[in-house]
Amino acid sequence: MSSFEMTRLVLKWVVSKPVTTHYPIAPRVLIPGSRGVIEFTKTTCVYCNVCAKRCPTGAIVVQRAQKRWTIDPLLCISCGCCVEVCPKKSLLLSPAHGAPSVIKDRARYGA
Amino acid sequence: MPRTIIPFGPQHPVLPEPVHLDLQLEDERVVEARPSVGFVHRGLEKLVEKKDFIDFVYVAERICGICSFIHGQTYCQGIEALMSAPVPPRALYLRTIWGELSRLHSHLLWLGLMADAVGFESLFMHSWRVREKVLNIIETTTGGRVIFGACKVGGVRRDISDEALAKILNDLEIIERDIRDITAVFLGNRSIKARLCGVGVLSREAAYDLGCVGPTLRASGIAQDMRQLGYAAFKDLEVRPVTRTDGDSFARCAVRCEELFQSIDLIRQAASRMPAGEIAAKATGNPNGECVMRTEQPRGEVVYQLKANGTRNLQRLRIRTPTFANLPAVIKLLQGCELADVPVLVLTIDPCISCMER
Repeated sequence: MSSFEMTRLVLKWVVSKPVTTHYPIAPRVLIPGSRGVIEFTKTTCVYCNVCAKRCPTGAIVVQRAQKRWTIDPLLCISCGCCVEVCPKKSLLLSPAHGAPSVIKDRARYGA
Repeated sequence: MPRTIIPFGPQHPVLPEPVHLDLQLEDERVVEARPSVGFVHRGLEKLVEKKDFIDFVYVAERICGICSFIHGQTYCQGIEALMSAPVPPRALYLRTIWGELSRLHSHLLWLGLMADAVGFESLFMHSWRVREKVLNIIETTTGGRVIFGACKVGGVRRDISDEALAKILNDLEIIERDIRDITAVFLGNRSIKARLCGVGVLSREAAYDLGCVGPTLRASGIAQDMRQLGYAAFKDLEVRPVTRTDGDSFARCAVRCEELFQSIDLIRQAASRMPAGEIAAKATGNPNGECVMRTEQPRGEVVYQLKANGTRNLQRLRIRTPTFANLPAVIKLLQGCELADVPVLVLTIDPCISCMER
């Protein structure tokens, strides 16, 4: 009985399309709402420092005088705390996971 | 008879996480097993003294990669109890749904690992294929696949719209059908039965005396499930513990198979009674006092003890995870077993080592 169950399962998948994709030839389909990387919009930011204060890992550093906003992508846990508290909606959590980083450097935005 | 000592782990194909066992053998039979743990200890309990209690939710979620949501939820429940903070009913229902989705993906992961341990590679692939569908639901609703990040003190971060909920219920129909296909193989296949039936029998008395929790305890005939305490929305839902009386590896597998259907049923119950309203209430002030919080993780009961002194940092956090409670049972099960059964027996308690060592 159960051997037949497994055979049925195997035969079904022999004639079906695979559930896996040929990444990176076929790009990953992004799921809307997924917590990927933080995207920063320089034009609307007022450098209020709220995001840096609320970041649980201390990944964000804001220098108001220099108008500089930086994030350490290796410290960021994509929790979305900064996106929630940003008063000017300058931060966005993109569903894409970003390109792999090969240098341990802060992603710099601003001057 | 001379004894041979075989080191098992910390790196072993069947172990997803590091734990070491010194197996003392007489011929092919294990006489004694001595565990040593501590390979992935991260000192997370100590970290609570430095982290703000609001930010510690993220740390609590990262204690375990599989039952992450329920760790975060238990921590939040503890803080809310200390602060007497109200939680909106909708948030409680959303927590329940995500908790059960977490149980679904954890049990499917375990079924896959078990199939792999008994050498049934195609069944392992099928279990994880179904798990992927559950992970997609989780990613759509919370934004994360295994680290949900959806729970916060006072409620939850994200809402599930009625349309999204209807789609989840639709997807669960397909997932239930798939699960029925694979559990029929787990419970009926001759080769799986040959590896699991009668192997590692834990009597009802032994399970109770050793302080087992979760499916390990329920497979020995004791109907104990922390969801009966009625935390989150479980007070409004019908939860009947899944039990078996055989106490062997097959019974532990059967309990988990049936709990998959139970979780789907609980999600349906929660969706049908989902109240409208806010998803989070503002929690003001600092926690003060001491409390104990118990919830049911996929692996069993987890106990959080929190002690606060009215500052932004907790004074003490102690976590008793289910694997810690089930480890004495493994040591007992291994005594007298065949060497070839060791991987299966270690897996039957669903060990989560990073959880246990924190």
